[in-house]
Amino acid sequence: MTATAPVDPTTASSATSPTGRGSAAAGARTTSTAGAAVALRGVVKEYAGHVALRGVDLDLAPGELVALLGPSGCGKTTALRTLAGLETVTEGRITVDGRDVVDVPTHRRDVGMVFQAYSLFPHLTVQQNVEFGLRTRRVARAERATRAAEMLDLVGLGELGGRFSHQLSGGQQQRVALARALVTRPRVLLLDEPLSALDAQVRVQLREEIRRLQRELAITTLFVTHDQEEALAVADRVAVMRAGAIEQIGTPEQLYSAPATRFVAEFVGSSNRLRAEVVDGRVRLPGQEVAAVGSPDDGEAWAYVRPEDVTFADRGVAGVVESVSFLGAVCRTRVRTSPDDVVVLDHRAHERREVGESVHVAFTPRAVAVVPFG
Amino acid sequence: MTRRRGAPGTALRKAVLAVVGAVFAVPIAAMVAFSLRSADGTGHDLGHWTALAAPENERAYRSLVEGVTNSLVLAAVTAVLVLVLLVPTMVVVHLRYPALVRPLEFVCLVPVTVPAIVLVVGLAPVYSVVSRVAGSGAWTLALAYGVTVLPYAHRAVQADLAATDLRTLTEAARTLGSGGVATLLHVVVPSLRRGLLAAAFITVAVVLGEYTIASLLNRVTLQTSLVQVSRSDPFAAVILALLALLLAFLLLAVVGRVGSAGAGRPVLPGRDVAATAPAPARKALS
Repeated sequence: MTATAPVDPTTASSATSPTGRGSAAAGARTTSTAGAAVALRGVVKEYAGHVALRGVDLDLAPGELVALLGPSGCGKTTALRTLAGLETVTEGRITVDGRDVVDVPTHRRDVGMVFQAYSLFPHLTVQQNVEFGLRTRRVARAERATRAAEMLDLVGLGELGGRFSHQLSGGQQQRVALARALVTRPRVLLLDEPLSALDAQVRVQLREEIRRLQRELAITTLFVTHDQEEALAVADRVAVMRAGAIEQIGTPEQLYSAPATRFVAEFVGSSNRLRAEVVDGRVRLPGQEVAAVGSPDDGEAWAYVRPEDVTFADRGVAGVVESVSFLGAVCRTRVRTSPDDVVVLDHRAHERREVGESVHVAFTPRAVAVVPFG
Repeated sequence: MTRRRGAPGTALRKAVLAVVGAVFAVPIAAMVAFSLRSADGTGHDLGHWTALAAPENERAYRSLVEGVTNSLVLAAVTAVLVLVLLVPTMVVVHLRYPALVRPLEFVCLVPVTVPAIVLVVGLAPVYSVVSRVAGSGAWTLALAYGVTVLPYAHRAVQADLAATDLRTLTEAARTLGSGGVATLLHVVVPSLRRGLLAAAFITVAVVLGEYTIASLLNRVTLQTSLVQVSRSDPFAAVILALLALLLAFLLLAVVGRVGSAGAGRPVLPGRDVAATAPAPARKALS
């Protein structure tokens, strides 16, 4: 599947010219860099007898943030590592601004990377860690110090430059890792599940921080995650991977409202899968008929209805409440409508029903995604 | 705090500690007392200690000086051999060929299972060749010592490798523009500092305490010259044995201090390399 690459106007407009790179006038605040256009073309990666990537095609526009989303073992980290040069490519091309980098070693690819595991050098202070990439580029000492301090300020850790990694929390370590990756002003930023080791509250804070920095620096970013909420929240586009291939790529809204495959429909968000019939672009659901997303062929198909598009009603499909879970903002109720079918709906807490209560549910989507049987 | 069921009580633990401490302390105290015995045997003084530095005894202790010098050279050469050959091998295996970690560990542990006397039987013909090619200088013994210290050096470095996510650190360095050699020097070596220090110091301790191979291959080292001197002057031999023991303890103390001082990660329970160090060193010097 080849992905198109729409440019997010908010990021594209903030991109600066390449002359901003490396000039680094001392004292000037590091606010922008030039993201590169990245393309993976038919990338195949095989380990002994195991195919990790099966011809991945992916485009990233300059300044765009694309999330690679998928279950464990689907190849998303491998795809990112091939882009970093940490894994060789069995077949295919990887280009950065049109230049094939497949044979370029990692240390010459001009990428910044934040790892899932804490990767700060334990023998260096925070300031020295951030300066590391500048030292390898032989940047003068004074400029190194200035740029590292600016970047630490940018991630909100300007006061912690003298500490060692073991004196920082997990969230602080990942912020430093982000500063270290960005201080060299790479043209591509690679994030390999950088939030997965953090607790929920810090994850949300840091992902917003990452998004803010990414927009501010207009840096092309590939963000690997298995957390769909994370992917949908931060990405311009999300590529859903399965078994070494990209199943679908699109904006978060497209993925959520118009999944192209059964896997995407079931992996991204929660859905009720209902047997339905498509007739002339309309989907016949139990008790009602709604528009179909896209232009599906007529015939029997699976219709995917989100729990928030199901409501309690006076009339509709009859069932018995099987369980009720309080999720904070909403309640999630499971209603058994037949021995083989359960409908899940999200509703406000004051609409709560009791387990065992007889209810009717109605499907209220403006349009539903359908996927052919099979 | 309640005591875990089946765990020994405080009194028992102190008693065990006292007995074990006595096993080490009594012989050392006896050596100290013996070395301080006066020449006429009626009291104690520093006569035997000061006699070591007396100019008139230079001829008598010449072989001792040669032995000490040779052992120090051997310790240095062996430590360099271990650091230059073993450590890069272990790092490469750890990062690129993890399937070979166990086989490498097995190979490195083999010297522990081979008695020194058996080792010498195999080394003798090898050293006849070495002597023809590289001469019979004391330093050549470092080749054999490099093999005998493998188990201890490997253990020390392996403990640090296991405690460090070296793969992620080296990959991070590469993405930051660091090439292979720079990554080795600026990331790998500092990250494994404790293990490298431990390996080097344990190597020194083992080399200073080795006797069998040097004796059977007719080389003059600290231990062989101590044996020789002890026949005519047991006081000097005991004093030098004490000094060697002290040096080993100092080296091991330095491992613990330097490794955890200032920068670096905290010492994790069960991962303190220094804690593993005294056993082989003490064994080598006993």
